[in-house]
Amino acid sequence: MATDFSFPDAGAKAAAAAAPAEFQTEKMSLSMGPSHPSTHGVLRIQMELDGEIVTKADPVVGYLHRGDEKIAENMTYNQFVPYTDRLDYLAPLANNMAYAIAVERLAKLEVPPRCQAIRVITAEMARISAHLLGLGAYGIDVGAWTVFLYTFTEREKLYKLFEELTGARFTTSYTRIGGVARDVPEGWTGRVDAFCDQFLPILEMILNLLTRNKIFMDRTVDVGVISKEDAIAYGLTGPNLRGSGVPLDLRKDKPYSGYDQYEFDVAVGSKGDCYDRYLVRGEEMRQSVRIIKQAIAKFPGGPWYATDAKRIFAPPKDKILTSMEELIQNFMLVTEGPQMPAGEVYFEAENPKGALGFYVVSKGGGVPWRLKIRAPSFCNLSILPKVCVGAMVSDVVSILGSLDFVMGECDR
Amino acid sequence: MSAPADATTALKARFPQVTDRASLDHPAVNVPAADVPAVLKYLREEFAFDLLADVTAIDWAEGVSPRFTVVYHLLSTTGHAYLRVAANCASDAAPEVPSVVDLWAGANWHEREVYDMFGIKFAGHPDLRRILMWDEYPHFPLRKEFPLAGIETPLPDPAVVAETGAKAIPAPMMGGPFVAAPGEINLTEAEPRAKDESWNERRSKPE
Amino acid sequence: MVTANTELAYNSKIEGEVIVSRADAVINWIRTSSIWPMPMGLACCAIELMGVAASRFDIARFGAEVMRFSPRQSDCMIVAGTVTYKMATAVRRIYDQMAEPKWVIAMGACASSGGMYRSYAVLQGVDRIVPVDVYISGCPPRPEALLDALIKLQTKIKREPSAKRLLSA
Repeated sequence: MATDFSFPDAGAKAAAAAAPAEFQTEKMSLSMGPSHPSTHGVLRIQMELDGEIVTKADPVVGYLHRGDEKIAENMTYNQFVPYTDRLDYLAPLANNMAYAIAVERLAKLEVPPRCQAIRVITAEMARISAHLLGLGAYGIDVGAWTVFLYTFTEREKLYKLFEELTGARFTTSYTRIGGVARDVPEGWTGRVDAFCDQFLPILEMILNLLTRNKIFMDRTVDVGVISKEDAIAYGLTGPNLRGSGVPLDLRKDKPYSGYDQYEFDVAVGSKGDCYDRYLVRGEEMRQSVRIIKQAIAKFPGGPWYATDAKRIFAPPKDKILTSMEELIQNFMLVTEGPQMPAGEVYFEAENPKGALGFYVVSKGGGVPWRLKIRAPSFCNLSILPKVCVGAMVSDVVSILGSLDFVMGECDR
Repeated sequence: MSAPADATTALKARFPQVTDRASLDHPAVNVPAADVPAVLKYLREEFAFDLLADVTAIDWAEGVSPRFTVVYHLLSTTGHAYLRVAANCASDAAPEVPSVVDLWAGANWHEREVYDMFGIKFAGHPDLRRILMWDEYPHFPLRKEFPLAGIETPLPDPAVVAETGAKAIPAPMMGGPFVAAPGEINLTEAEPRAKDESWNERRSKPE
Repeated sequence: MVTANTELAYNSKIEGEVIVSRADAVINWIRTSSIWPMPMGLACCAIELMGVAASRFDIARFGAEVMRFSPRQSDCMIVAGTVTYKMATAVRRIYDQMAEPKWVIAMGACASSGGMYRSYAVLQGVDRIVPVDVYISGCPPRPEALLDALIKLQTKIKREPSAKRLLSA
């Protein structure tokens, strides 16, 4: 591992030059991670400390690099869907949707309104689930255990709904190219609506545990301040970017999957400190509930997949089992994959962690030539060397929690 | 802000060596590798493409020339538009492109990743080392000649290796991934069984 | 549980109640009732591990809620998630730092055998570097499956000849 720090260290250099000779202290080198309770997964930060203040921070990522992009070059588009679940494994349904829309753009395929509504509802539920966990984990990091237990209880209710819809608690693999795997079960939207109604007061209770909590505010206000220019320079997206005052939300600014039909507000922070990012996430959960309720109220009928995409989406099962043409179609789809035209597309979706982008280069056929996953957590983490310098070690823990990254996504 | 279509027209007028690139969604241009920093700076200053969303590369396979293309995706936070800038690397054997770290600090990690996966060097990068694989890893995984299963490599920690005898071995593919080659009439040829990957820990590679 | 042979129980007014049992039974009972896990939470399975620690599935019922991230204070390393080659050396080092007696639970498909990640960067099963006691299948396994594995581990521990090992070590 590279242990020589070649980052410029102007602040510490100036401080060291100013101190008289007898006060020259030695710097300590501390490696935080990769197995650490507060690093939210396998992140390693090699820090150089002057007492308690961090003078250099070099994050080492890649401890969860599983080779997703190489795997994608060897799998059909539908076979890759389970791998997208495990990117941001806190909100798998949102990743599924982002990937499906990106590949559908290759064929310029528009899915019917019911499919779009299902995708929006599941993505917003995934957003609530991801933010609840981010909040719970942040609570544990700064010492508030209760928040974790309450948020997990709510997440269990969401898991029950996901399991009813997709069969799995969280690694759902629900979307397919051209639609979703199955229609919503009878009464599911009613149960989601009931969840939303009982969730709002509980959310207020959870947020009240932290929002005006003196200890929490001491640990987060004016800690880890990221300026607007820095946020844009480092490619931050999502709540981290909005916490710093940049009002970019892809759901509003480049709407996809029918998001323009729903009314919702975008939470934007002002100072760019950890507290702002926490507040942005809390508000996003409230807005997600608003979107889900509107989507359920407007829930359209009709097919849940693109019925005219013969070489992309499999025909219904009863036809496959009885009719020759559909049988052959299904066989070709399963063995060779959904046939996409040649070309390249780049699509970014507003995921809970930021803008998840898929760059698909296709030479035709059912297997992509190159699939690049633009991971929001990768970009969010790249700001650590800048933001940790000058902070104390315990502030680093607070900054990590507020950036709310997921290593599965960062390393792919 | 100006629409991206104006951006490409103005860009081509200002830099005559920039050409259009075929794209299914956003406007895209091809740029010679040496001009990349100047072009990206112009786009940021004149057309407010202030966020560098992604830096990546494509390997077009060993026999093709130019083999590597480095692709930049720009996003305008105010104009809400994307633009793709692609640059072919001049050399196939030692691909290199100037770094844009001076323009966007976030490009640091993206370029390190492209170097790690493809071996493309970025001239002017302050700290070009591997980011996803460990530092001593000798191969570039996303190149087309590198197999998905991997190549046998020693692990970096000698104490652990001495204790366990572990090393990075080619993953047993067990006949997968199950993708048929399109267009084959003879299905026995098309199925993965006929390809190289049909070996596992108990049965060694046929032929 | 403790194999209490009640005929040998000795109820005295001075010493109080004394139960005579086999050393193995007592030692194993103590060990199984307080397995402190070292959560090697690497990927998605870590979320189910956190779910097990939360209120609905509550691993505290089994005495295992003390999730110590310090290997020196823990008994069982639960490898939850994909182990990459880069991480493998760290996992082995942490395993070495754990004090005897120690056990390993490989949670999930990725830890058991590499899972669906047949690629150049993934260790194909954590049993290539540490000896595993219980494998859990699933991607990710349900929290009930992890609790089932914990109970299986407890059954395994109860069969161990602990007293002989302690005396001979």
